[in-house]
Amino acid sequence: MKSLGSIRREFAPWNDPNAKPYIAFENVTKRFGDFTAVNNLSLSVYEREFFALLGASGCGKSTLLRMLAGFEEPTAGRILLDGQDLRGIPPYRRPVNMMFQSYALFPHMTVEQNIAFGLKQDGMAKPAIEQRVKEMLDLVKLTQFSKRKPHQLSGGQRQRVALARSVAKRPKVLLLDEPLGALDKKLREETQFELMDLQQELGLTFVVVTHDQEEAMTMADRIAILDKGEVMQVATPAEIYEAPASRFVAGFVGNVNMFEGTVAAREANTARITGASGAEIVVENAGDAAAGNSVAFAIRPEKIKVSSRRPEGAANAMEGEVYDLAYLGDMTVYHVKLGDGQVVKASALNSARQTDDPLTWNDRAWISFRPDAGVVLTR
Amino acid sequence: MTNVAVQAGALDVGSQANRSALGRAVSAVTSRLVIIVPYLWLLVFFLIPFIIVFKISLSQTAIAMPPYTPVMGLGDGISGLFNQLRELGIDNYIWLTEDPLYFNAYVSSVVIAGISTFLALLVGFPIAYGMARAPATIRPTLLMLVILPFWTSFLIRVYAWIGILKPEGLLNQFLLATGVIDEPLVILNTHAAIFIGIVYSYLPFMILPLYSTLEKMDFSLIEAAQDLGCTPIGAFWKITFPLALPGVVAGCMLVFIPAVGEFVIPDLLGGSQTLMIGKTLWNEFFANRDWPVSSAVAVILLLLLVVPIMIFQSAQARAQEQGR
Repeated sequence: MKSLGSIRREFAPWNDPNAKPYIAFENVTKRFGDFTAVNNLSLSVYEREFFALLGASGCGKSTLLRMLAGFEEPTAGRILLDGQDLRGIPPYRRPVNMMFQSYALFPHMTVEQNIAFGLKQDGMAKPAIEQRVKEMLDLVKLTQFSKRKPHQLSGGQRQRVALARSVAKRPKVLLLDEPLGALDKKLREETQFELMDLQQELGLTFVVVTHDQEEAMTMADRIAILDKGEVMQVATPAEIYEAPASRFVAGFVGNVNMFEGTVAAREANTARITGASGAEIVVENAGDAAAGNSVAFAIRPEKIKVSSRRPEGAANAMEGEVYDLAYLGDMTVYHVKLGDGQVVKASALNSARQTDDPLTWNDRAWISFRPDAGVVLTR
Repeated sequence: MTNVAVQAGALDVGSQANRSALGRAVSAVTSRLVIIVPYLWLLVFFLIPFIIVFKISLSQTAIAMPPYTPVMGLGDGISGLFNQLRELGIDNYIWLTEDPLYFNAYVSSVVIAGISTFLALLVGFPIAYGMARAPATIRPTLLMLVILPFWTSFLIRVYAWIGILKPEGLLNQFLLATGVIDEPLVILNTHAAIFIGIVYSYLPFMILPLYSTLEKMDFSLIEAAQDLGCTPIGAFWKITFPLALPGVVAGCMLVFIPAVGEFVIPDLLGGSQTLMIGKTLWNEFFANRDWPVSSAVAVILLLLLVVPIMIFQSAQARAQEQGR
């Protein structure tokens, strides 16, 4: 399979066998009493990478970040930063800085004082501090707000102060805990790109924790999907989306249709999967699925075509009825109920201007897809 | 026609404006009425008694009932009242400056109260901090435990300390039994006993305001400070303490003010040689039956406490106006 990682940019140290990971979690376990937050987890992050930890709340992603920052110590395993074991190093001696979800701006200090705080701790000379603070204010476009207190700023401005404060010390690694969580949707989208530009400009390694898959997909070079303290998959956004490793990952990121079935036959790379309803699906790129395996065939809604008649020469086609319909402007989402009762989601891009849809509620409809449109999941 | 209609409309708008102006006036009066009630309360229960005390402080002692002269009244008409007013003088205040006893008592009260307040802060801050960082489920219980001593009479609790601190008391018995000391410590009837008594009695007044400011504090601020290279001790002085300052000030006021005028604790725990203004006042009032001088002592004590508080509060209000 060709690498899907190069869609974004030419940066893929994880494919280079000689590349040394910058941050390495080695068999890290963290327990809080009976609760295991992180379970025997190993991960590598490379220098200058924008790495996202994605998962539902309670999956252990924040604990990972806090262990990296030094607020928690692993129960077992070790964390290496640039080859150095971080165990026992207190947070104030680690070359990492964190941007907190709550921003944690010091309410009794001005914007300027907040940004200068870390520099002062380092004993930097006063003119140098002033210079750096000025740079940071320019970077986040807050120069005219330098004398304000945090409570006199808007949410977006506070977020930028928090960012400026956390990068002011030029840390080796910047940790971001839900950096955009408190912003409204529009601001969030703008800020995503600002963060990416900033990371490029400063050449820092970013580790971001988020529960928002769109955020992770937009910003990250690679995403680690976490569940119950374990890594489900680490891959580029495109790989995560197009080649999920398991049913969990496929279901967690984006919309997906899942057909449970058994591999009836396997020839070279092509497999025939028989579903519960007896319908047969032909799949190329069948991966490691062998005949007799019970598998799931996962396909994204935008890769399914909906038509009123059976399309000529389609490898996979199933008949059903339009059960639900949502017109979203740029696309239309169809819910097609198949003979066995399974509802399949299909989305069609509205590339032509038309207001009356050829298909409507309760119409007979065919769904069809190419043999390479989906993936076979054995896990 | 349209013109008339427009004018009528304008009139209508005008009367609406009038009505809303009236409404505003009514609501202004009602809101003032609401404020008047507490002011009236203060007038009746603070200002009037204060004026009476102030008047007594300007009177002369007399072997009579009540033990001062003149006794104000309208028995001799308005001119009689005027004559009575002329009898008032500031002799008692002059007397306070002439006898060093009073000055020394004021100074020693302020010093004892100041040290006690500082000690209460030292003891109370860690307790309040621990409470604020305790799991939210047990905080109400901890708060209850702080308030619990109030269920018992203050006087009984101070008496109990005599039993603990006296030479053959519980503390000395314990220390002798464990071999820490060979001879009983003399604590009772010393300043140390007064400090223990005041800190113990007023600790809740220190803890509660501290707890309420610390509880509101976002503890990720301390993590942020540490993340930016600040040691835990540095983070305490640069973040926690400045943010807890309103609570520190409130707690210190609540301990310092009653401690300056404290009478029971120095009397029971401090012994006879302790000089505190509350005790002096009590002696003047009940032992000497010199109501005018003791009233003068009380007035000066009040001024001594009220003036700095007012200066402090106006400074704080100004700071708040400037955007915290």
